[in-house]
Amino acid sequence: MEKRVVITGMGIYSCIGKNLAEVQDSLYNGKSGIVFDQARKDMGFRSALTAYLEKPDLKKALSRNQRVYMPEQAFYAYVATDEALKNAKIDQDYLDKNVVGLLYGNDSSADPVVKAVDTMREKKDTTLVGSGAIFQSMNSTVTMNLSCIYKLRGINLTISGACASGSHAIGLGALLIRNGLQDMVVCGGAQEVNPFSIGSFDGISAFSVRENEPTKASRPFDRDRDGLVPSGGAATVIIEEYEHAVKRGAPIIAEILSYGFSSNGDHISSPNVAGPTASLEMAIKLAGINIDEIGYINAHATSTPVGDAQEAKAIYNVFGDRKIEVTSTKSQTGHEMWMAGASEVIYSTIMMKNNFIAANLNFENPDEDSAKLLIPDKRIEKKFDTFLSNSFGFGGTNATLIVRNM
Amino acid sequence: MVESEIIGKLNNILAQEFEVEVSAIKPEGNIKDTLMLNSLDAVDMIAVIEYEFGIKIPSAEYAKMKIFSQLYDYLITHLN
Repeated sequence: MEKRVVITGMGIYSCIGKNLAEVQDSLYNGKSGIVFDQARKDMGFRSALTAYLEKPDLKKALSRNQRVYMPEQAFYAYVATDEALKNAKIDQDYLDKNVVGLLYGNDSSADPVVKAVDTMREKKDTTLVGSGAIFQSMNSTVTMNLSCIYKLRGINLTISGACASGSHAIGLGALLIRNGLQDMVVCGGAQEVNPFSIGSFDGISAFSVRENEPTKASRPFDRDRDGLVPSGGAATVIIEEYEHAVKRGAPIIAEILSYGFSSNGDHISSPNVAGPTASLEMAIKLAGINIDEIGYINAHATSTPVGDAQEAKAIYNVFGDRKIEVTSTKSQTGHEMWMAGASEVIYSTIMMKNNFIAANLNFENPDEDSAKLLIPDKRIEKKFDTFLSNSFGFGGTNATLIVRNM
Repeated sequence: MVESEIIGKLNNILAQEFEVEVSAIKPEGNIKDTLMLNSLDAVDMIAVIEYEFGIKIPSAEYAKMKIFSQLYDYLITHLN
């Protein structure tokens, strides 16, 4: 018999808050985390818009020998994971005595790669790159660092699924638990926030150029959207087998009902409608619920002209004329990419637990696709007990999670 | 550069890089134990000295050094 999967802890480090409480406040009050970064302009960026995050100071929390292997996104992931474990009432003694897994979404680590290559080219001496560069540079840097810091002994794997990485990490962790292969998995997503990581993304004109109004630049579903705004940070959810959570007296926050996925089998950057539709349909079918039970849809919508339109069509394909609130929290955060699937489960869960739906900022005028959806441009107070969260990525990778309140 | 300057500068950069108090670094002190070095940190030791002094200590030479005075002697000899 398949086991139930519940969320027992959450933690986040994002441009709208350095912990759950700050994020809740920002969501409720419609705060944007987007700024103009002159340094990017000076580097020749087409768009200097970005999320702003401070790199956490972990000198007291971690030794030099731990920090030297960590790029910025691993710093973010550590802070988020620390908060999530504490909220799940998990301490190091528990981790030492139990097998706990780790699945984290991450799909780049550009900054240490660029710096190492610069050093090798300039100095012609690989020793000068230092001992940390290799571990900072690999895509699996977050999981290799967290697994060593926390001495984890279960599954230890990075999920690289472009902008759906965080969502796939949670979904795959849930599958492992559902099938009895793990009792607990630390899941999440991390995203570096530095110019090198997204310079090539800027190069394909993917970013909004509404530089004179940074907080209005990310405007998912709005008729006048002109591209996404890069963002990042990290988000961690502790997922656990239900009976296991009950037995240890864990705080049970929500249940992961299902994980839908699909691949577009189409263009590398332009999304289609059939792929996302299939992911949505799979998630709803596996959740075993009536579609009307879903009270909120957290859209992937990144504020790109084509992506938002295709997702709106897919949502309408599946939900038809049902009036279920649809928003994209990227209107506040920008696009958190590898982190987004995990952070948006947390944003949605915060809203579900606190009976509100954050405004889809900057939704001033619908286009013909978004006009068919119910997209609140202001925060609404609403109790809902089930939400659906979409994440889609380059290469046509799609993931959908359905989560129910507990 | 006089010997005391070399030793002072080296102690300071090692203390900063490996996050220990300068006062913990003594000529007869064990390098590995004082700086809490693991097997990978030798690379950082060699790199930071090369950056600061322009001298590359061959890893075979570095492997022979157990205490700080040996490191001082190597630098003093090769810098002067």
